Amino acid sequence: MARLNLWRWGVLGLAGLYFLVPLAASVIFTVDVPGQGVTFDAYTQIFSADGFTSSLLLSLELAAATIAVVLLLMVPATVALRLGASRLRPVVEVVCSLPLVLPPIAFVAGIVTVLKWGPEHLSRTPLFQTFVAIQNPDFPVVLVLAYVVMALPFVYRALDAGLSAIDVRTLVEAARSCGAGWPQALFGAVLPNLRAALLNASFLTLALVLGEFTVAQLLGFRPFAVWIVSVSGAQAQLSVAVSVLSLLVTWALLLVLAGFGGRTRTTSRG
Amino acid sequence: MTATLTRVDTATAAPVKRRRRSLGWLAVAPLLVFTAIAFGLPALAMLDGAFTVKDPATGAGSYTVENLSTSLKGAYLTALLGSVKLSAVSAALAVVFGLPLAQAVVTSRFRALREAVLTASGVLANFGGVPLAFAFVATLGNAGVLTRHLGLTDKGWDLYSFWGLVIVYLYFLIPLMVLTITPALDGLRSQWREAAQNNGATTVQYWRHVALPVLLPSLLGGLVLLFGSAFAAYATAAAMVGSSIPLVTLQIADALSGNVLVGQENVALALSLDMVLVAALVMAVYLPLQRRSARWLA
Repeated sequence: MARLNLWRWGVLGLAGLYFLVPLAASVIFTVDVPGQGVTFDAYTQIFSADGFTSSLLLSLELAAATIAVVLLLMVPATVALRLGASRLRPVVEVVCSLPLVLPPIAFVAGIVTVLKWGPEHLSRTPLFQTFVAIQNPDFPVVLVLAYVVMALPFVYRALDAGLSAIDVRTLVEAARSCGAGWPQALFGAVLPNLRAALLNASFLTLALVLGEFTVAQLLGFRPFAVWIVSVSGAQAQLSVAVSVLSLLVTWALLLVLAGFGGRTRTTSRG
Repeated sequence: MTATLTRVDTATAAPVKRRRRSLGWLAVAPLLVFTAIAFGLPALAMLDGAFTVKDPATGAGSYTVENLSTSLKGAYLTALLGSVKLSAVSAALAVVFGLPLAQAVVTSRFRALREAVLTASGVLANFGGVPLAFAFVATLGNAGVLTRHLGLTDKGWDLYSFWGLVIVYLYFLIPLMVLTITPALDGLRSQWREAAQNNGATTVQYWRHVALPVLLPSLLGGLVLLFGSAFAAYATAAAMVGSSIPLVTLQIADALSGNVLVGQENVALALSLDMVLVAALVMAVYLPLQRRSARWLA
């Protein structure tokens, strides 16, 4: 037994070393600048850094829009699957797994091609205006479309896990026989029971959008992750400081979520 | 089409059922329409572009497999093989390191430790991308903290190399492995170990003849999943090494942004198609394995 424990603590210790050293080193890197001694400039500069606020705001807006759209699409669909449309389950499952087969970089290659159709073929049709509008740099709708697709697999898994824990049909029938209409049954009976799953799905989507780099960079927009890379050349300390902070914020969000979720496990990914 | 299908399906059903079915279609239809536009269009455009060459003089396109054969030659082939090699090596190492870590956590008596490691794994598995690259640049890069204090540069250390990338990739692959394999390890009944011990088996024999065969589908499934995840990764490599290491994702990005040659966009699409084929292969191997491993967990 003692040997087993020794082995276990050895494994855990090595893993802890590997996973904590880069984090600790990042903090040291930002605080202990060669030639300047210990300074917290990197952290105090963050908020005044050029482009920080606008890129972070853009990312947060994109995240809010993505979460709203993906939940609007997925909640009715997954609830319907439990309410007698179970024959559609394979269709929804396939649709929500497809994005896993298309790596983001291949996806963005396709999007770039579609966006080129605008100027090439549609310049004299009203559709052209749509193409221009969805690429508005102030709020690129095209990114929301892409992120919703990329979030589908996670959101489907989170919602499906949440729904499998409750008896949707009984809930709805109980609400209906108490005189509730369909919207009331959905919002008053089903959704409150799905709180943890909805939060889980929203968090995964938020994390995805805040960290997303590939699609945004190749389409030429500048949300948070792209901004970090663009400042890294001139201000290495700053970019690492922002990276450290963004990890800490992600961690805090996850802990809050775990607290809210209570009974449900937060790591129901696999 | 939706409407006719519903009508045919439900012509004989009871009125309540019919309402339920059409409600079901109504609820799922927006999702299907959305994916058809936001996912279907780019996917079709990629497929179409991968098989098209444009005549520079007339601007007319014609269908050919030229792009695909170009994407499997020269620098593009090197990049594709580089990606496969990097993903295979890091996925294999992540399985080797992730399994003992998951086992140490699963067999621990401390519930808090288990919860902490699984939560941390959930964060770190999604910690790919830009912040990960910068954390490692700050640690092991040319001006990194460890590099400076341990004088690693003199010892021939270079983060911007193949093994450098492997070390970085392991940072999100090992947590992913822990998340993937934990349910399977939970499924190993303690009775099996006791039965093996009662029959005089050693620990090695138990692992060799009982645990590993049961875990094998999950392990292979995890390996394939990690491979796919590493293969598709772009942000980390782009933020870290630029394009000093040949990787297929970096090649696609270069060709898309017109860094190489004008008119290479369609080769980028062909490369993307190559990637999709690899990813589809990964899923085709992973899903049956996952189903097989689920049999033991029931």
